[in-house]
Formats: sequence, structure tokens, C-alpha cells
Amino acid sequence: MASPVSSVLLDVREVTRRFGGLTAVKHLNLQVAAGTLYGLIGPNGAGKTTVFNLLTGVYAPSEGDIWFDGRRMHGQRPWQIATHGIARTFQNIRLFADMTVLENVMTAQHLRTSQMIGDAIIGSRRHHREERETRDRARHLLAIFGLEALADEPATSLPYGSQRRLEIARALATSPKLLLLDEPAAGMNPQESVALMDTIRWIRDEFSLTILLVEHNMKVVMGICETIHVIDHGESIATGSPADIQANPRVIEAYLGVG
Amino acid sequence: MPIGRKLLTIAIVLAALAAMNQIIEYGVGDFRINPYYARIISLVGINITLAVSLNLINGLAGQFSIGHAGFMAVGGYAATYLTVYHGAAIAATVGGTPMQGVGSLVVMTASLVTGAVAAGLAGLVVGIPSLRLKGDYLAIVTLGFGEIIRVIILNIPAVGGATGFTAALPITNIFWIYAVAVLTIVIVRNITQSTFGRALGAIRSDEIAAEAMGVATTRYKVLAFVISAALAGVAGGLWGQLFANPLNPQNLNFVKSIEVIVMIVLGGIGSITGAVLGATTLTILPEALRTFDQQFPGLRMVLYALLLILLMIFRPDGIMGRRELSLAWFRRRGGGPGQPGTRVAPLATAGTATRSTRDEGDG
Ligand SMILES: Nc1ncnc2c1ncn2[C@@H]1O[C@H](COP(=O)(O)OP(=O)(O)OP(=O)(O)O)[C@@H](O)[C@H]1O
Ligand SMILES: [Mg+2]
Repeated sequence: MASPVSSVLLDVREVTRRFGGLTAVKHLNLQVAAGTLYGLIGPNGAGKTTVFNLLTGVYAPSEGDIWFDGRRMHGQRPWQIATHGIARTFQNIRLFADMTVLENVMTAQHLRTSQMIGDAIIGSRRHHREERETRDRARHLLAIFGLEALADEPATSLPYGSQRRLEIARALATSPKLLLLDEPAAGMNPQESVALMDTIRWIRDEFSLTILLVEHNMKVVMGICETIHVIDHGESIATGSPADIQANPRVIEAYLGVG
Repeated sequence: MPIGRKLLTIAIVLAALAAMNQIIEYGVGDFRINPYYARIISLVGINITLAVSLNLINGLAGQFSIGHAGFMAVGGYAATYLTVYHGAAIAATVGGTPMQGVGSLVVMTASLVTGAVAAGLAGLVVGIPSLRLKGDYLAIVTLGFGEIIRVIILNIPAVGGATGFTAALPITNIFWIYAVAVLTIVIVRNITQSTFGRALGAIRSDEIAAEAMGVATTRYKVLAFVISAALAGVAGGLWGQLFANPLNPQNLNFVKSIEVIVMIVLGGIGSITGAVLGATTLTILPEALRTFDQQFPGLRMVLYALLLILLMIFRPDGIMGRRELSLAWFRRRGGGPGQPGTRVAPLATAGTATRSTRDEGDG
């Protein structure tokens, strides 16, 4: 079965998620066209990270359906969803702490490798070739993010901003179609944030990605997103271009902290 | 490694093991090794296999199993059973007997494979339900499993029950023990340097992030657990058929599991070199301390415990931490160059970007 609108890569239909008595996401509808840089914004606790957790299968929707690339994601485990092409970063960075920078990216190429354990155990030629390719590609991704000089450093020894970029590199290593970025500019200084915007736009074009961006830094969001969806207390309050959103009274109200 | 060199390496290792076997089991010229030392050397080898294999699940995958003695028992009894009841028939197929020459080679191979398969299957049965769950279920289930196996064995007369499997044929020798130890080290080392090994590392580090990167965490945990159990089963097969060391349910209880855990913790959990060092130290140390036995009975275990405590105070990550002894220690770390022609994201242009000048504050 295909999604009704063919250019829509991600189609979230009437998704609700409750945690006990709390409804973190209410009747969310989100259509993200392939190739878009799409912003998801809202005040603290609005439910943005919960949406990411629903999209990646960490939580199952209480109601509603998520379609991705023409497939219903219902009941899929997070690793299966990654296989279909959704990758993410985490709001509170989740790098593999006892691995090096390079190993973090190599690990995320998991889906690209043959995963033939027998080959690895006997140390076959194919295994060695694949290891080399995995390493080369990881270095390539690190180079894109200006991290190649730090390849052999422990991942958690990096400064905060670099860790965030490493998380993006790691997510890209899974060769996703859709990249979910949860507050990538958090903890970055203004220069780093501006550079990050350019990077995000650049990787979208270079890797032909669709990007869903959660970000509190409005300069970043308004600067690069083509469409923005605003939620507040789990409820959608507006969708539109950055200009529309900035002019929307409900959005202004939500951000001025009424309620 | 090219195939030719690989075969050459294997041949050299086998020749070295055969020579070692000759010296320790039979002596050279007038030299005979003290049988007591020979026995310690045997136990060191078996414990290396146990520690390195347990390290796969406890150290690399970060799952806490305390049932290694249980898998050792399953493998040991299955392997020994095969030799005792079918060994003669198997050896006859190559026109030999289980105790010598080609016959013994074939019987031992069949016996150890049987031990590996039996223990691996037991690992699958224990692993599937307990590894799906997060938390310490594995520890509890493996502990229970070890005890259940013990009770089952006590009630099977064909394998000797509480008396132990005294019908076992002593076909284990230094060659087999160290061939298995080397094989175990190679298998686990190759796993660590592969997609599979990195997936295990990711699981240990952060299961949520691992799954988000496409790692089927349960599948890998079960696989690592089964391989670990199978190798413990092989160690059991060696142990059970060691001279004058009948398999006995009392020897393979939970204390033995703890002993193996202590070996890897002491060596440095996650490190193969550490597991080898830990197994060697903890096999030799209690024996070395026996000298105190005549004068101060009981002091041995006190000293043993004291040494462990001191080591853990001064080296809380074990002897090796997570490191491995490798040639790379002696080489300078080579920071690989970026590929020529790599297109680099515009990070270097920080501050020069022109768009997005609207100032909305940071929300
Ligand atoms: N696992 C959970 N159990 C219970 N409540 C949860 C859970 N996850 C999220 N919530 C609640 O759901 C609501 C939305 O949280 P969420 O983390 O999605 O917000 P957010 O928009 O990402 O906020 P922030 O901008 O602070 O990151 C919050 O009230 C939060 O406490
Ligand atoms: Mg959040």
C-alpha cells in the first residue's frame, strides 16, 4: 500500500500519545514532502521529543498511524525503522561513550555491512575489505564535519558542539532518507550555530535528505526551514512558512508563555 | 592476511602446541614435568577459554551472566557422554580407539563439537527470554539455570549422578586445551574487530542509541550469548575428560561461575588480554599460596581475598582496563588523512553566513 500523496515521505496521521494521564501528543498530523527542511517547534514540554520517539519506534502511538516512504510503521522496532531509513540525533547526546569518534561512525554503518559473523570469525578477505570500506567511509563522514583529526579520540572527550556534529555524522552513516535532528544547536555558541545552519542545508542537498528539525534557536529554525509546524502542549497550533509562523498570533501567544 | 600466510600461521601454532603437548604430557629425554604443575598448566588453559568466552557476553556486550558453570556443565556432560557411550564406535570408523592416535583425534573433535552444540542450545533457550528484557533478568535467570542443571545432573544415573561422571575417559591433553584456548581468543578477537563486535559495544554503551542506528539489540545479545555458552561447553568437555578430574555437579556450581567472573573483572572487563591474565593469575595464585597451608591452615584464602581486594583498590578497572596488548601499543597512532577531494561542509565559514539575520531570540 502506498501513501496517498506520492511526494510525501513522512505522513503522520492523527497520532496521539499518552503517558498515564498526560497526553504528550494530541492528534498530530504532519506531512513532510521528500527533500524538505521541515521545522518542528514549540515551547518546553510541547511534545517535540516525544514525536521523534514515536517516529523512531521508541514509543508506540496510543492512537493513529505513521507512514514512512509508503510503509506503515506500526509495530516496528526502532532498529527496523532505522533500516527503512529514519535516523536521528538525541536532545541529550547519546554517543557510544567508550568508543572513539571513528568507531561511533563505523558502528552506525551497521546496516550497510553484510553482518556475516562467520566471515568476521574466520577473518575472511571479504570481511577485511568490508572493514576497510567501513573505515574509509567513516573517515569521509568525519571529514565532512571537520572531525577527522579527532578520529581516534574518545567520543566523549570532544567539546559539546563537536559531539553534536559527531551525532549528526553518526546518523548520516546509517544512510537515512529522513534525518531527525533534536536541538542540534543546543549548547553551541552563535558562530557555531550559524555554521551549523549552513551544514544542515549542505548535507540536505549533498545527501538528498529530508530533514525534520527540532530547535529552540529561532534564528536557526527561521533561517533554514522551508515549512514549520508548531505544537504546544501536544496540540498543533500552526503550520506554514517561516514568515507565516512569525506572524501567527497563536504562535506568538504560545511563545510568550500564556498558559 | 593472505590465505597462504594464514595457513602457515595455523601450521606453526599447531606444531608449537604439539611440541608443548609432548613436553608436558610425556617429557623430553630425562626431563619429566611435575604432574602437579602439568595439572595447573591444564587448568590455566581451560580457565582461559572460560574467561575469554564469558568476556564476550559480560565484557563486550555488557550483559551480566552468572551461569557460565552451568553451560560448562551442559557441554562437559554432553561431550563426555558421547565419548563414554559412543567413543569406541566413532573411533572404530577410522579403525582406532578413543585413547590414541587418529581415533582419539576424531573422538575428541566429535566430543567437543557435541559439547559446544549442547551448551549453545542451552544458551539459546536461556538467552531468548531473558535477553529481550532490560535490566538484570539475565543474571537471575542464568543463576537459576546453573542450579537447575546441577539438580538435573544429580538425577541422571547414566552420567554418574552425585558421584560424578567417573566413567569418563581421560582423552583431554595439553594440545587440545591450548588449541581450544587459542581458537577462543582468535574467535573473540575477530568478533571485536567486526560489525558484530561494534554492535555489541554499542549495546553495552547505549541500547537506545544502538537501536536507533539499526542494531537489532536482542538478536545480537542472543548470538553473543550462544557463542559464549558454546565455548564454555567446549571448556566443559575438556575439563570433564581431564585425567583424574571427573565431572562432578559439586565442582560446577555457582561458585565456579563467580570464579570466572572474578577472572575477567580482575583482568579488566572487556579486555581479552585481561581475561587471559586474570584466568592465569587466579588459577596459579591459590596454588602458589598453598605453601602456607602447613603452618597456617586457612591463611591461604585470607591472603587470596586480600590480594584481590588490594588489586581492586589500586586498579579498579582490572589489570588491563579495556585495553588490549597489541602491536599498536608500540606503533604511533596513525591519524588517517582525510581523502583528497572530500567535500567539506561549510563549517570553516562560521560567522560569514549571510541568511537568517532575523532575531527571534533563543525561544
Ligand atoms: N516517557 C515518558 N513518561 C512520562 N511522561 C513523558 C515521557 N516522555 C515525555 N513525557 C512528557 O511529555 C511531555 C512532552 O515532553 P517532550 O520531551 O516531548 O517535550 P519537548 O517538546 O521535547 O520539550 P523540550 O523542548 O524541553 O525538549 C512532557 O510533559 C514530558 O514530561
Ligand atoms: Mg525535547
